Amino acid sequence: MKSKNNILKKLANKAYEFGFVSKIKTEVIERGLNEDVIRLISGKKNEPEWMLEFRLQAYRYWLTLEMPSWAHLSIPPIDYQAISYYADPLKKNNEGKSKEIDPELMKTFEKLGIPLEERLALSGTAVDAVMDSVSVKTTFKEELKEKGIIFCSMGEAVQEHPDLVRKYLGTVVNYRDNFFAALNSAVFSDGSFVYIPKGVRCPRELSTYFRINAANTGQFERTLIIADDDSYVSYLEGCTAPMRDENQLHAAIVEIVVNNNAEVKYSTVQNWYPGDAEGKGGVYNFVTKRGDCRGTGSKLSWTQVETGSAITWKYPSCILRGDNSQGEFYSVALTNNFQQADTGTKMIHLGKNTKSTIISKGISAGQSQNSYRGLVRVSKNADGARNYSQCDSLLLGDKCGAHTFPYMDIHNKSAVIEHEATTSKISEDQLFYCNQRGIGTEEAIGLIVNGYAKEVINKLPMEFAIEAQKLLSVSLEGAVG
Amino acid sequence: MSQEYIDIFEQNRELVEKPCAALLNDARSKAYARFKAAGFPGIKEEDWLHSNVSKQFAANYGMNLGRVNVKADRQSIFTCDVPDLKTRQAFIINDTFSNGSNGKELPSGVVLASLNETASKNPALLASYYNALAANGDSIAQFNTMFAQDGLLLYIPKNTAVEETIQIITLLQANVEMLSNRRLLIILEENSSASLLVCDHSSMAKQTLSTQVTEIFIGRGANLHLYELEETSHSNTRLSHLFVRQQADSNFIHSNITLTGGFTRNRIEVTLEEGGAAADISGLVIGDKNQHTDNRTLVDHKSGNCTSNELYKYILDEQSTGVFAGKMLIRPDAQHTLSQQTNRNLCLTSDAHMYAQPQLEIYADDVKCSHGSTVGQLDENALFYMQQRGIPAAEARHLLMHAFAGEVIENIKIDALRDRLHMLVEKRLRGELNHCKGCALCK
Repeated sequence: MKSKNNILKKLANKAYEFGFVSKIKTEVIERGLNEDVIRLISGKKNEPEWMLEFRLQAYRYWLTLEMPSWAHLSIPPIDYQAISYYADPLKKNNEGKSKEIDPELMKTFEKLGIPLEERLALSGTAVDAVMDSVSVKTTFKEELKEKGIIFCSMGEAVQEHPDLVRKYLGTVVNYRDNFFAALNSAVFSDGSFVYIPKGVRCPRELSTYFRINAANTGQFERTLIIADDDSYVSYLEGCTAPMRDENQLHAAIVEIVVNNNAEVKYSTVQNWYPGDAEGKGGVYNFVTKRGDCRGTGSKLSWTQVETGSAITWKYPSCILRGDNSQGEFYSVALTNNFQQADTGTKMIHLGKNTKSTIISKGISAGQSQNSYRGLVRVSKNADGARNYSQCDSLLLGDKCGAHTFPYMDIHNKSAVIEHEATTSKISEDQLFYCNQRGIGTEEAIGLIVNGYAKEVINKLPMEFAIEAQKLLSVSLEGAVG
Repeated sequence: MSQEYIDIFEQNRELVEKPCAALLNDARSKAYARFKAAGFPGIKEEDWLHSNVSKQFAANYGMNLGRVNVKADRQSIFTCDVPDLKTRQAFIINDTFSNGSNGKELPSGVVLASLNETASKNPALLASYYNALAANGDSIAQFNTMFAQDGLLLYIPKNTAVEETIQIITLLQANVEMLSNRRLLIILEENSSASLLVCDHSSMAKQTLSTQVTEIFIGRGANLHLYELEETSHSNTRLSHLFVRQQADSNFIHSNITLTGGFTRNRIEVTLEEGGAAADISGLVIGDKNQHTDNRTLVDHKSGNCTSNELYKYILDEQSTGVFAGKMLIRPDAQHTLSQQTNRNLCLTSDAHMYAQPQLEIYADDVKCSHGSTVGQLDENALFYMQQRGIPAAEARHLLMHAFAGEVIENIKIDALRDRLHMLVEKRLRGELNHCKGCALCK
């Protein structure tokens, strides 16, 4: 038992690997939020009038809202006037127009293991790298263009494909959706824009890497993915932030439109700075992610590995509007020390013969609180809806909490809905069995946890799966006291 | 809506308090303050998301605050005689206690009497119990405490076993729209035991509303079986709040069966305060027409080494709505808890709505907790199999539905009552209980 406690101590003290700060000259606007700030952001991005209007409308609505309190989270009050809403790490030349990449910035992404130089990009993944409020570089753009695929930053998309953006922006997550959606709609900066044309199977994994660097800033990116009829795309998202004593706010929106027989796979490995062992600092991750399966036979699959953030408030959802559409949600959420997570999904069955699967694995350690919150709604006309939900929780330590809050709203008699949840801990027997066979306690826990999360990790693309596995063992080995 | 009732209370406070014991009036003052601050819950509140309770109070109800004597014709309404089961009966007519004639003498020391009378005569007996749990209840519980004038007290002293089942029949009787607030207080001292059958009746065509707060204290090693059966009418609103506090090694079995009713809301809070306590709670709802049944349970594991088991089943027909929200709360240090919750629902039409929220809130690691919830229909294969063997489709559906409900009925430990309930459920499913005209249940 003593040796196990030592391992626990050692790991609890393990530093956050990505917690370094890059010394990059960053243009940060004044802290605070008002209409002028929004005009300033919009001006900096050289946006058309309708975009500014969209932002202002959202901002005015946001002013009427109160921060939601229903989640099983204790969120300290956030001063929205103490945050800077725009930080630009790109250098400007004398005319202040064309921008170049600071070599320090390149180094940052290399240090994070994200190759921006195409010659280094042997992994074959196209990357859109976003630091603070600005997209730094998007790789493989030309190659994708040949197939008609648009993969660029949101800022670029507003300039170059305004019709597409205008047609789809805010149609899945309206600015009136919730508090953070309204905030994001008002101040959002870069994110990725993806358009896959009819019948195209995207040849590469598309990926966005988000990094918060500047202090006292928030990141409010917005991602829009449109998969036209019969197309396919797999999209990855990763994120890190430096270690800082203050909490940083990240409020993003991801909107996905899936048309007839198209398929979108969206994978996230979320590793924002979780705060230190005393619960000081860390990122507040309040994200609205939603996909609209508009087309017949469309399919959307969310996979997430959540290991970072001080507080996570995130429910990637599927609106199953098209007949025979399918939604999937696979999640591993790990919380340690004083982290709090309230995460899950919503499956809204509207079309006929729609199917959804929810597999959620929560792992709580330290003094953290980990909740699953999920809604399955079957509307009156959604004949033949089928849902299967499974939520498992693993508790490591007697000070943490694991909670399950599923909601099932069923309005159709032909629906078949199943939900089950279990809670357990790593048993002494399992550990003893491994020890007996010469596997050290630390390694054994890593094995058991990875086995527990395997169902979800298997759904991740290869490179991400390896990273996720590593992340899990780093955070959890020896966490049984 | 809340303000109207606050006004009624303020204007009639003297009238309300005059016939009541000091104990009831003390609690009343606190409840009044709390209700005044909170009012009726709105549908934006998580606990009332699917039950608009404020609307239920909108009718122009009469309240018998002056305690005018209401003549009750017990036998004409009283249909819940259980064959082969001798019970000791007590009535609560509106909110007034009256003794039934049947049954043997109760063992010495056992008190089965009017709550208000006992509180006046022997306040020491109740002082530490009355409103001890309900004080922390929601604003409907506060509303009840604010207006409560009488109800029933059952007190069972140490080491006493009441062999005979005690049957409590609650009736609503009046010629006008009627609102009544009743109160049940049940105290089981160390190592005592009892079994209780509570039948809730209202056959009036008039709009009725009853709030009921039941507080139960189960002492060390004591044993209580509580069976609640609702057979009211579609124009009835039942807002019940059951609080249970269990001490070490005590045992509580609860079956909560809603056969007919209008708007029903049962809040059940069981606190397992000391190690070794076990709670087994189950419920069955058969709903049709516009029936709305909302069962919200909380099993609070405050101490380790306790066991809880929960099973709730719903059969919903026509435009009926079912709400089930069950929470298992495992507090820090409640190690070695075993807790299981199952909720299964059958929706027979597309107009029937089911809202299910099985919840786990766990703060201890060495526990075994699980919950499962399903919504679906009868198994097509089973139906086909039965038809293949010459059982008509309608009959096959009945058999399957009865079997579905049977799992809850089997939890009942009194043989005669179990048989009776099988029969009642059978009748209910065939639509013979409230003369239903051809819903899917009866086809």
